[in-house]
Order: sequence, then structure tokens, then C-alpha cells
Amino acid sequence: MEHALAQAFAMVFDPYTLAVMVVASLYGLFVGAVPGLSATMAVALLVPVTFFMPPIPAIAAMVTATAMAIFSGDIPGCLLRIPGTPASAAYTDEAFALTRKGQAEVALGAGLVFSAVGGLFGTLVLIVASPALAEFALNFSSFEYFWLVLLGLTCAVFITSDRPLKGLVMLLLGLLVACVGLNNPAGFPRFTFGSTEMTGGIGMMPMMIGMFAISQVIRHAVDTSPAAELVVEKVGGVLAGQWALAKRYPVQILRGSALGTVVGALPGAGADIAAWMSYAMSKKFSKEPEKFGTGHVEGIVESGSANNSALAGAWIPALVFGIPGDSITAIVIGVLYMKNLNPGPTLFTTNPQNIYAVFMLFVIANIIMIPLGILCIKVSKRILLVPRDVLMPMILIFCIVGTFAINNSVFDIGVMLVAGVVAWLLEDNDFPIAPAILGVVLGGMLEENFITSMIKADGNLMAFITRPIAAGLAVLTLLIWGVPLLRALLRSRSRGAVVG
Amino acid sequence: MKLNDAVFGVLLMLLGAAVLAVVQGFPKIPGQQVGPALFPGLIAAGLVVGGWLLAVRGWRDRALAPWVQMGPWVRMPRHVLAWLAMVGGVVFYMLAAPALGFLICAALVLLVCMWALGVRPVAAVALAVVAALVIHLMFYKLLRVPLPWGVLQPFAW
Repeated sequence: MEHALAQAFAMVFDPYTLAVMVVASLYGLFVGAVPGLSATMAVALLVPVTFFMPPIPAIAAMVTATAMAIFSGDIPGCLLRIPGTPASAAYTDEAFALTRKGQAEVALGAGLVFSAVGGLFGTLVLIVASPALAEFALNFSSFEYFWLVLLGLTCAVFITSDRPLKGLVMLLLGLLVACVGLNNPAGFPRFTFGSTEMTGGIGMMPMMIGMFAISQVIRHAVDTSPAAELVVEKVGGVLAGQWALAKRYPVQILRGSALGTVVGALPGAGADIAAWMSYAMSKKFSKEPEKFGTGHVEGIVESGSANNSALAGAWIPALVFGIPGDSITAIVIGVLYMKNLNPGPTLFTTNPQNIYAVFMLFVIANIIMIPLGILCIKVSKRILLVPRDVLMPMILIFCIVGTFAINNSVFDIGVMLVAGVVAWLLEDNDFPIAPAILGVVLGGMLEENFITSMIKADGNLMAFITRPIAAGLAVLTLLIWGVPLLRALLRSRSRGAVVG
Repeated sequence: MKLNDAVFGVLLMLLGAAVLAVVQGFPKIPGQQVGPALFPGLIAAGLVVGGWLLAVRGWRDRALAPWVQMGPWVRMPRHVLAWLAMVGGVVFYMLAAPALGFLICAALVLLVCMWALGVRPVAAVALAVVAALVIHLMFYKLLRVPLPWGVLQPFAW
């Protein structure tokens, strides 16, 4: 173990890795602070660049960029009333109300400090929970994996959306896309339409760059909302008074971080949902709920820590099972596969130094967030004035080149464009994107474990639930499906009773 | 652009039915009851059911949700132009890049998109050329991505 730790230390504190982290931080802060560019998009745009890096610097770039972007998304929320990333949307009005009261530095400071605290909390849980889970998961057979993946996909359908039906069809579409190509238990080319490009399947990375970057670029083109005005001229020292806030709201910080970590770890739900849930929870349990919405910092403290802790939480299922906790880790998993660091419990036993390195990267990213974040707040006015009409076309070209770079294939650019337009159209119609992403990422794994289990079971479906853990996971999965169905049934019955 | 749920429902049902039809022709794994048709077949069945439920819901709410409702941007030429420039730009790049080369295509796409988004023409030309050169330097020189030179091949550097 000491040897692995020393190796991890050497990899992380390599000058190249550190330089990558600094550049990725600045990049993440910038992307997060520009409205319309999300943290997921930051990672999607990083993919083609990380493609040319060794594994640890590549992971370092993604970890730091996302941590920074989730924090800096608070900046335009606070100063322009436009969230920089969806993860800041929950408390944008609150932060802006504080700004209106002349307390922009309190809102930004709370966002920064408690983002770092939440991030470190999530990291701690990641460090403690994932090796233990991995050891537990070493005994899993295809039956357990089948139910685990199904449970993950179920969570994605029911948690990420208040419209489970739309979530479900998105999941099915994602799974169907994952079926394309030769990569199935029989090695039979499915849905390839005779095209050689499609025998290898539809590229996951081009698809994600399309869904998360191209869709945003298109959304900017059709955005008719008027330009927002900057109300603050100068932001003062942001760290003043934060210690007092920490002493005043210890329970809120802990609750936000814990909830964020759990929501992050649930497949499909990430930082944005964590922030919404945590803000609602803060208001519900607050001693002064009437102050919420009028420029009260309590909710920002709690949900600000929640959205950053969710980032680390999402890595738990991603590293241990290869099941992404949010859309960011869905991309990360793709990169890990490209780097031959296939996620799964064996990653913890065969290459522990890589896992330790990931832990260290998270700690460092959340610590350097504070000085770099202060710097970012200082220059925030300039960032917010960056003309997006110039930026978006550049991102478009960057997406084209980046997608091409992955396989040197023009076909992939087409995949990217189609995915982008489809994602834009579907999201406009309230179809959630996260279940589709999970379907694409997990489709192969689900089918493989399903078919293997079917062959093992040899026609006896009871085999799916004879092993105790498999049975437990099965019950949990069926319960999540069963409860909403039952509720709908009861509702239609009571409605029928009223009519009759 | 908003469409009534029923439109999506019918499209999903058609997709599901098409997949179900295609998987009938898939071979079986010798000696096994399961094969490459099973998993996509189940998904397709799910799509048919989900599409049916969506269609029913959309039909029920048809008074509230119109069949097609375009966003406010459709009536504003600037935004329609911007949409066409972005989407058309990618298509143009795919078709023209092998012949014209990256630099010319990228600069053209950048220029048209910026112009459509309302950037002043002089600034747009300068920014388009500089951005194309910088991205080319980054990907072609530093990351060694074989971006096409096209007609500029004789001047390749």
C-alpha cells in the first residue's frame, strides 16, 4: 500500500500534472462563469485534448475543471441573475437578492468557501466508501451486475425527471443506440445499414460532445432573451465573515454535503439536482424560512456545498462499478476506457496507485479552488463581458476538430451534429437527457450481463434472484418501479370513484 | 420548437416496430435460446409501449398542447439565420473540408456564424482568421491531428 501511495504521490506531484491542473482550473473557472457553458460541456470539450495525455493528467484535467466550473457558475448567478451552470440555478435568485442588498461578496464568498468544503466532504466519502464497496463488489457475478445496472438506470429514470415516462423512453433510446454495431455477445452486426463506420458502434464521445456542447451552441443561436446587465461595479473581499457563517450553519453544511454526496452517487442525478434538493431541504428545516428568497445566505451555504460534494459522490459508482453517477462521470468513464483504466472493482486491486492518485487530485482541486476562485471573482467582470457571439462559433469549430481528432473520422462529426440537434429538440420538449446518456454508456454492460445470466440460468428465471445480494437489488429495483405505478393506479381508481 | 407528445409517441412506436421487424432476421447463438435479437427486441417492445402511452397522453391533452409550436426565435430572421449558420456550418465542413482544407472551411464557418450572430463584419473577419489559425496550430502542430490541407496543400507548413 505504501508503495502504491508513493507511486500515486509521484504521479500527482509531477510538474506536468500540476501544470495541467492549473490550466484546467483556469479553463474550468472560465467555462463555469460564462452563462450557457456548463460543467459537463467543459468536460466534453476536454475529451479531445485529454486524448493525447497520460491517464493521470487526463483525469486531473477533468476533476479540476469540473470542480472549478461548478463553483464559478455561481458568479454570473450572483452578478447577472443568470446561472453560469445548471448547478447554480437553485439559488441564483437568492444570490442576486444578496447582490441587490449590496452583499455580493457574501454570496460569492459563501459559494466559494462552502463549495470547497462540500467538495472535500464528498472526497472523504469517496476515499472511505469506494475501496470498501470495491471489495464487496469483487464477489459480484453477472446476476448482481445485471440488477445493479438495472437499478442504476431505474434511478436515472425516476430521479432525474418529474416525468418518468419521458425519462423511460429516453433511456430506451439510449439503450437502443448502444446496440448498434458488432459489440454484442454474438458479435453480429446490428443496425449498421451496411456501413463500415457503424460496425464499430456509434461513438460515445462524438455523441456526448454533440449532446452537451453542440446543443448549447444551438441554444445560444435561438436564444431571444435580452442581454443581462451587470449591477455591481466592484466586489470586495470575499473571505471576510465566512468563518462566522461556518460557525453559524454547521448543520446546514454537513447536511448539504451529505445529501449532495448521496445524490451525486445515485446514477443520473448530479450537481444540479443535488443543489435543488438541498436548497429545498434547507428552507424546510430552517428556523427562518420566511427569509429565503430575500437575500438570505443560509440556502446558499447548504446547496453550495451540496453541488460540489455531488461531483465527488458521482465518482463512487463510476470507479467501483463503471456506472456513472452523473453526466460528467459518464464522459469520464468513456475516457477511462480509452486509457485502458476500465472502471470496476479490479481497478482497486490491480492498479491501486491510480485510485489513490484520483483521491489526491480531488483533495488538491478543492484546496486550490479557494485562491484561484478569489482570482476569478476579481476578474469576473471581464469574463462576464466576453462576447458570447464570438465565443460560440469558436466552440463550434472546436467541437468539429475535437470530434474529428478522436478517430480521424468525418462520420463522427455527423454523429456529433445529429446528437446535438436531437438533444436540443428533445430537451426543448422536456425529455431529460441524463437517462439517454446512461443508456448509451451502460447498454453494453446491461446486455452482456443479461445474456450471460440468461445462459447461466438456462431458462430458469428464478436464478436471477437466488443469490441474496441479487435478490436484494432486484427487490429494490422493482420497488422503485412499483411505487409510482401503484400510485398512478390508485389515483385513477379514486378519480373513477369520484366520476362514478 | 415544441411538438405535442402524441407526435413523439407515434414516432417512437414506429421506431419500435421497425426495430422489432429488423431483429426477426437476426441469427440465434447455436445451442442457446437467447441471441443478438433478444435485448434490442425487449427495448423495442418498451419503445412501442412507451410511445403508445405518450401518444394517448398527447391526444388527451391536445386541447392544451398544440401539435407544433415554434419558439419565438422562428419569427426573428437573425435567429433563424444563426441556427442555419451553426447547423449548416457543420454540414458544410463535413462536405467541403477534404477538398478545401481545414483552414479555409473553418474560417468560412466562423465568419458566417459570427456574422449571423451580429458580430461587426471587420471584427468577424479578423477573429475568424485568427481563431482558425490558432485551432489549427493547437490540433495540427501540437496534438498532430491530421487536419486536411485541401487546396492549400502546396503551402502546407
